[in-house]
Amino acid sequence: MTTKDTMLEVKDLHASVGGNKILRGVSLSVPAGEVHAIMGPNGSGKSTLAHVLAGRPGYEVTKGEVRYKGKDLLAMSPEERAREGVFLAFQYPVEISGVSNVYFLKAAANAIRKHRGQPELDAIDFLALVKEKAKVVDIDESLIKRPVNEGFSGGEKKRNEIFQMAVLDPALTILDETDSGLDIDALRIVARGVNQLRSPERAMVLVTHYQRLLDYIVPDVVHVLLDGRIVKSGGKDLALELEKKGYEWLEAPAGSR
Amino acid sequence: MTTAAQAPTFPAEVVRWREEFEAFRAGLPSQEPEWLRVLRTTAMRSFEETGFPTTRQEDWRHTSVTAIARTEFHRPPAAPSAAALAVLDTLDFGHAFARRQLVFVNGRHAPDLSSAETADGLRIRSLREVLDRAPELVQPWLDGQARGPGRAFAALNSAFLDDGAFISIPEGAVLTEPIHLVFLSAPGPQPTASHPRVLVWAGRKSQAAIIESYGGPAGAEYLTNAVTEIVVEDGAVLDHYRLQREASRAFHVGALCVTQGRASRFASHAIALGASLSRLDIRQVFAGEGGECLLNGLFLGGDRQHLDTHTWVDHAQPHCSTRELYKGIVDDQARGVFVGRILVRPGAQKTDAIQSNKNLILSREALVDSLPQLEILADDVKCKHGSTTGQLDPLALFYLRSRGIGEEAARALLTYAFASDVVQRIGVEALRVGLTEHLQRRLPGPADLKEAAV
Repeated sequence: MTTKDTMLEVKDLHASVGGNKILRGVSLSVPAGEVHAIMGPNGSGKSTLAHVLAGRPGYEVTKGEVRYKGKDLLAMSPEERAREGVFLAFQYPVEISGVSNVYFLKAAANAIRKHRGQPELDAIDFLALVKEKAKVVDIDESLIKRPVNEGFSGGEKKRNEIFQMAVLDPALTILDETDSGLDIDALRIVARGVNQLRSPERAMVLVTHYQRLLDYIVPDVVHVLLDGRIVKSGGKDLALELEKKGYEWLEAPAGSR
Repeated sequence: MTTAAQAPTFPAEVVRWREEFEAFRAGLPSQEPEWLRVLRTTAMRSFEETGFPTTRQEDWRHTSVTAIARTEFHRPPAAPSAAALAVLDTLDFGHAFARRQLVFVNGRHAPDLSSAETADGLRIRSLREVLDRAPELVQPWLDGQARGPGRAFAALNSAFLDDGAFISIPEGAVLTEPIHLVFLSAPGPQPTASHPRVLVWAGRKSQAAIIESYGGPAGAEYLTNAVTEIVVEDGAVLDHYRLQREASRAFHVGALCVTQGRASRFASHAIALGASLSRLDIRQVFAGEGGECLLNGLFLGGDRQHLDTHTWVDHAQPHCSTRELYKGIVDDQARGVFVGRILVRPGAQKTDAIQSNKNLILSREALVDSLPQLEILADDVKCKHGSTTGQLDPLALFYLRSRGIGEEAARALLTYAFASDVVQRIGVEALRVGLTEHLQRRLPGPADLKEAAV
């Protein structure tokens, strides 16, 4: 038992996408203040887990439960989850032409504030917040005013995700392969943004394929996801071990499904 | 074997329109010039011979006008009701163009509702007034472009030609404010029809913007059968805006005919939002080299609306360019039609034409027929066209929702965003703002929606 409050509690989660069983009984507990990394080879279900937690339509939960701050997360719509403080940084942030990044974010921030019973921010207060948070992730202010992710480079898109996270101030952040496609400089900037948001009140789940990100965002716990289940959990050294030995040694014995 | 030549028998609706024509003609001023009388009777005969188009005709394959043919239209009441006139306030963009605004009620110029400051040879007049006092001003152009085989509605418009606007912009004149033409239909309890005609002559190197607005009171039944003919002389720049916001039970049929001179620039922004049945034909011809044409359009249909746009661009001369972007949004059981033809004639070298039609389908029962057509008969040209029709991107919806934006608001925002590039191309601010507000009412969403769209 931990003395810290549990932020996220996943119990025996099974999920299918398009009729294919992807998650086959994931259990996971993330206390407030901790950063958990979920590692695994391609196709192991890492991104599916991230999207199921954010409530993506079409990702069908067939069994199990997820508690977030003690509440039934799976019963909430994606927007309710966001308003309750869950944030998913997308692996492939969506380009939305015709919608301004900064004003879309203002609409989002105010929807969240309204839900929390806080007064909505006016344009001036919001722009001050945006300027402050833009510095954290070193994102160009011209990008902020452009249509959401349109024409952004891969690195700019990822930075925009972290920028949105900083503005929306979530309690639980799920980062889905945020390191993929980033050069080392962009990775450092993204990691710095994430690290600045680490706090005893916040929890983070890092979904990643490579150990590289974990050099910059040091996790408290590393989980290995294989064939839709967590097969091993350990400290940050587990990531180094995986880097050296790959995943084969962890493969589930035949017939265990 | 028939022994005697029989008088042709016309369908009942054609007979009805002929009777209406005779009654109309009897009430015309006696001094009407001979050429105009001939124009009318020729047009009526042409309509009689073809009748209303049917879906067996290629140009009308997707649009049935049976509902128009079936309807008996009556004379409008002598004085429109106050309620009908109140609709003007919703059509005039907060009096933004009050300095140069001609208002037409049931197709007739309403002088007390209009004002048109003119100077230095600029003419902004009621067509009726010109026909009565100085018909020679319009004789060279009137019906020069609109008439043609198979154009039954344009023929009806010519037969019933009565009033409208005549705008003549002198050579070199630069108008800084747009001219607004408002066509308000205000029928009584019975359906009415109006046939407004607009003639625009933009002199060499002149610059101007003209707005046409169409509308009527909610629930009213009427037909607007409008024809606009525009000549853009060498080096002139003309922006034309057309806002169709007719009442939901109205019929709207419009033709916009444009001839462009050498090195002229013409832009059409056509927005179709109202009417149960709407059809717009845009016919453009490059008559000189080096012209530029921009066709920007949007239709937004709900309920059982049927919104049809046909555009024809005729690259008859070399070194001309066309940029065409049409977007359609259909919801409920609405149907949209876009047929865009670009013809590049032999010898029209260095033609540069891009046409794009994008449609957004918001419900299972809504439908769009999109037929972009390029016919290229010259060999040194740069042309491309494209058409896409689809639904809101589910991933984009999820992305917005995952940031805390409600589903309905996310849908409205994405729908609005889809239309926004057409809206943003509108250069007249009051118009852009007015259209934005209209779209917001149609697509309810968060208060931040307006500023979120770029």
